[in-house]
Amino acid sequence: MDETRIQDRGGAGTVPVEALHEAPPPHPASIRGGVRQAIPHDSGPKHVTGAARYTDDEPELPGTLQVYIAMAQRAHARLVSLDLQPVRAAPDVASVLAAADIPGVNDYSPVFGDDPIFAEDEVHFVGQPLFAVAAETVEAARAAALLARVEYEDLPAAIDFDAAVAMADAAGRDLLDPHEMRLGDAAGELARATHRVEGRVEVGGQDHFYLEGQIAYAVPGEDGDVLVRCSTQHPSEVQHNVAKALGRPDNAVTVEVRRMGGGFGGKESQPALFAAVAALVAVKTGRPAKCRLDRDDDMEMTGKRHEVRIDYHLGFDADGRIRAADFEQLVRCGYSSDLSGAIADRAMFHADNAYVLPAARIHSRRLKTHTASNTAFRGFGGPQGIVGIERAMDRAAFALRLDPLDLRKRNFYPAGAAKLTPYHMPVTDSIIAALVDDLEAWSEYRARRAAVRAFNDTSPVLKKGLALTPVKFGISFTTTHLNQAGALVHVYKDGSVHLNHGGTEMGQGLFTKVAQVVAEEFQIDVESVKITTTTTGKVPNTSATAASSGSDLNGMAAQAAARTIRERLIAFACERYGVAAGDVEFLPNRVRIGRTEKRFRDLVGEAYLARVSLSSTGFYATPGIVYDRESASGTPFYYFAYGAACCEVVIDTLTGENRVLRADLLHDVGTSLNPAIDRGQIEGGFIQGLGWLTTEELWWDEAGRLRTHAPSTYKIPTAGDRPDTLRIRLWEKGENRAPTIHRSKAVGEPPFMLAIAAFSALTDAVVAAGEGRAFPDLDAPATPERILRAVEAVRTSG
Amino acid sequence: MGEPIRFILNGEPREISGLAPTTTVLNWLRREARLTGTKEGCAEGDCGACTVLVAEPDGAGGLRRRTVNGCILFLPSLHGRAIETVEHLGRDGLHPIQNAMVERHASQCGFCTPGFVMQLYGGWLNGGLADRPSVKDAIAGNLCRCTGYGPIVDAGLDLAATPKPDTHAADAALAERLTALRGPGTFRYEAAGGTWLSPDTVDDLADLYAAHPDARLVAGATDVGLWVTKQHRDLPLIIDVSRVAELRLIEAAGGRFFVGAGVTHAEVAVRLAELHPDLGELMRRFAGAQIRAAGTVGGNIANGSPIGDLPPALIALGAQLHLRRGDEARDLALEDFFLAYGKQDRAPGEFVAAVEVPLLPETARFAAYKISKRLESDISAVMAAFRLDMDGDVVRAARLAFGGMAATPKRAKAAEAALLGRPFDAAAVDAAATALAEDFQPLTDMRASAGYRLSVAQNLLRRFQLELSSDVRTRVLEVA
Repeated sequence: MDETRIQDRGGAGTVPVEALHEAPPPHPASIRGGVRQAIPHDSGPKHVTGAARYTDDEPELPGTLQVYIAMAQRAHARLVSLDLQPVRAAPDVASVLAAADIPGVNDYSPVFGDDPIFAEDEVHFVGQPLFAVAAETVEAARAAALLARVEYEDLPAAIDFDAAVAMADAAGRDLLDPHEMRLGDAAGELARATHRVEGRVEVGGQDHFYLEGQIAYAVPGEDGDVLVRCSTQHPSEVQHNVAKALGRPDNAVTVEVRRMGGGFGGKESQPALFAAVAALVAVKTGRPAKCRLDRDDDMEMTGKRHEVRIDYHLGFDADGRIRAADFEQLVRCGYSSDLSGAIADRAMFHADNAYVLPAARIHSRRLKTHTASNTAFRGFGGPQGIVGIERAMDRAAFALRLDPLDLRKRNFYPAGAAKLTPYHMPVTDSIIAALVDDLEAWSEYRARRAAVRAFNDTSPVLKKGLALTPVKFGISFTTTHLNQAGALVHVYKDGSVHLNHGGTEMGQGLFTKVAQVVAEEFQIDVESVKITTTTTGKVPNTSATAASSGSDLNGMAAQAAARTIRERLIAFACERYGVAAGDVEFLPNRVRIGRTEKRFRDLVGEAYLARVSLSSTGFYATPGIVYDRESASGTPFYYFAYGAACCEVVIDTLTGENRVLRADLLHDVGTSLNPAIDRGQIEGGFIQGLGWLTTEELWWDEAGRLRTHAPSTYKIPTAGDRPDTLRIRLWEKGENRAPTIHRSKAVGEPPFMLAIAAFSALTDAVVAAGEGRAFPDLDAPATPERILRAVEAVRTSG
Repeated sequence: MGEPIRFILNGEPREISGLAPTTTVLNWLRREARLTGTKEGCAEGDCGACTVLVAEPDGAGGLRRRTVNGCILFLPSLHGRAIETVEHLGRDGLHPIQNAMVERHASQCGFCTPGFVMQLYGGWLNGGLADRPSVKDAIAGNLCRCTGYGPIVDAGLDLAATPKPDTHAADAALAERLTALRGPGTFRYEAAGGTWLSPDTVDDLADLYAAHPDARLVAGATDVGLWVTKQHRDLPLIIDVSRVAELRLIEAAGGRFFVGAGVTHAEVAVRLAELHPDLGELMRRFAGAQIRAAGTVGGNIANGSPIGDLPPALIALGAQLHLRRGDEARDLALEDFFLAYGKQDRAPGEFVAAVEVPLLPETARFAAYKISKRLESDISAVMAAFRLDMDGDVVRAARLAFGGMAATPKRAKAAEAALLGRPFDAAAVDAAATALAEDFQPLTDMRASAGYRLSVAQNLLRRFQLELSSDVRTRVLEVA
């Protein structure tokens, strides 16, 4: 299509269509970058050259103010006085904001209204925002903030579980109401079981440690409106919270994010604070304002993965089949509600993992502690729930003198039988038995079990351990209304495509996958699909890019938008060329109309001239999701993702030092949208999970100060922690039974839990250190110190 | 007064004045030069997202290249040096490492990626990439939260297999240019109330420091950098010792060798590895490669940290410290340098000039163990180094030195005494382990509890004895 002719207002409409064909259509066998192709991340070349722009990399507008947030230094105290006069008088300070300066609502919480932007009468954790200083430089703002005169009156603080329970019991209420799921008569069946095991495991929290810290940049507009560029997984919630703080309707605020330097759940509810503060400054001063946290402030101020204490009881028949289970989960929420209710629910939803629990009681308490408010983190409580039952299975196998894998296999959800979960949802898509059989063979589990035993027989100091554990992870937001998404697709008259949707890119490759979906729909090379910044101005009312749902939801929405345009093109072609719809076929980079073929761009150009709309929104809502809290039953998930891992570890019984020697990961991604990206999610999730369960330790002192608030003290895995033998396979038989986007499965969170195999293998090594005399208590993270303590315990017992 | 900072950025000369001497290279790149490819992940040299390549004349007509953390490098450090950032690497299309990173799917969120690219590029230029262990070691100071590292390591291996272009002529030309930029004598930079002095001879350093005993000495600034980025301290007068030629020497003589205070960890690692393989392994795990390339032996000692890894190793070896103040020099046993927490036997204006390390005789038994929560790039919970001098089967002399067990690096005198004059057997170890509880009352902190520290210290004596008396495997890093 000749661009100038289309642009020519005078004659375009009169040009005979046939005369526009200036190039014959190409005939490639397939498009570049369609679905199922392992194409690189769309930003790869920009990442490696430093050209990819993150929020802090965008050029700052003249007059930009830098904002520093001053934090409380007490875990729990009454704020007696806050004198900010010296701060206001400090050099280069443009504005100082505290609670009284907020024109709207002093709250940035996602749901419950209990996250003040700035503390008012009380402070509830060390690191709680007190006030903000906007100055010409961040150094000046920080220096000025130190001049504040703050007077506290200390109140009793609960930092750990025991204190939290005591405080909740004394008050007669928990932070959030407890929840309980019941299936059958768990107590009766436990009493009747021939074998019972019980124990406790504490699973530590985890800092997200996204490499790019929290940041928001607010630009004031007309009428008190504001544009906020923000590193967030949830632009719509940031938009709403900013508007709420400003006392304006949502339409006064636009939030944009092109990409994040990692999110992992830490940029779901947390960024609203920084966006609100930057926006408040911008609107008050009329100047652009940036609020960028350094690593320490970020780690002290923002929430983390929930620490959970689980007391478990399992009852078994003589043949190793579970009769009943009872789990008591105590969830450490931090000072406010945030997303803790849904996270604690998901821990309960995963208390069964891949195992049939014929009778079950799962009880969950959500406790307040005077620490940062814990929040979403990859897996959203699911990993903690799964650690509970895998720990119980290891203990049971020890008690029954069974290989732990044999015990596990006896209890999997069967493929055909639609057994009920403890929340009364039939599991109709279980493939875990077949997948584990495959991994058992592929990883040579039995031969290596013998080899590990032989090693241990001749090695008094170093002990090896081996474990193979399954993962079943429920896919959907368990809050029903969140399972919706929108997209906006434009086809320009030169045939190039502009793609926008409500999902956000945090490195997971969502933008690449959705572009592949749109390329596939139009049968054009993926390079023709322009990936664009997520903005609340294009797609409204979005859900967080979370719960692994990004490509499930946004892929479907974008497909719907593209399909609408495609249908219009087909209708146009039928009308113009007098063919039936079945005679219009989208082939790679061309369209067949009857017996002739033309380039995609030529058909588009013709449609434009014929005044066909080439822009469409798309929308998707996951069908069939319900959960009734009253009866604790329903179908909270659209489907389940499955995987399994086999890990071999070695421990030093003199120091507790440990290492994963080999890991074999087999994971079900349905029909992969992009195998390279999915493998990346599996490996990255596994290593992140490994860090959670081994070296990443959050440590608070008695005053409630987090003392592990930078990489010098908080140790995420390095390349050295990755086992040299790390084998990853996408399960070739994977296919989603639910009609998801191209029958793929969500992959963001499920592989995180593959790392539980390493925790079980460490347990196995400790058992070997005690020559099988005792099953060790071992909490996560299994640091060298915890492993040494466990070794000493098994060696001195019995 | 003073001169501008003159250096070469991505091939172009730059002159800077008016910015505080404690301005970090990272902040300058991002805010002033508007080169935003280099990222801040932690501002403490622990994540590598800010990695840049710095080159300087090597004194032999070529270049000494190092990848360092721009986040804790002070801008005046660049004077007379050349810096390359990720933007420059891809100026004529993707460099092989950049291409390999894309093809291997080695970036996800991409925020750490420029740091990995620069770190692998620098390792390749220096011939440090050979096999999987060397690639992993090269990136031990770079954190990635997304990928799990496998694709990055694979990209590094692709690069290792890529031939390097011959840069001798270009290096020589650049070295000459940099020497001219640097100029002779002490470089002096003043701005925003701060002063930076950079002498190039030890006599000039001694004079300057004697005249300004309140100055802060820095070399790699791997610790002092954090005083600025984390503690927001004001450092009005800094003396940079990194160019003092005499401090950069390693010399062997008479059964011992002398390590200048300005020798980096990376440089001393080679020599220490020859002395004992445990020392090579200790230096490998000492810190990430960027820190090892910047931090110095003198800094690790003079800093006085109770958890510095080199002092226990050097104390166990029996090292002597050489101190200098004005024209006066004195020596003392390294363990006597550490008086109390934060307090060393160092007079105002006196500085650590060198450490003298004896070689190990045939009759000596030695081991060094670093115990930390994470195996790579972590601060020790317990650092132990042991030297026994044997007379046949009998222990004639013992030096058991520990870090992380007390307010200073310290010898375990009671445990040492328990070993003397008897064979080093299980019974002797039990006696020494019991005595260790008299030597140390360690602290509980975020790295480890007091109980763990003591148990591990005792068990490391057991490990030492097992290793000397049997072929029992004792090290998780040596198991396949």
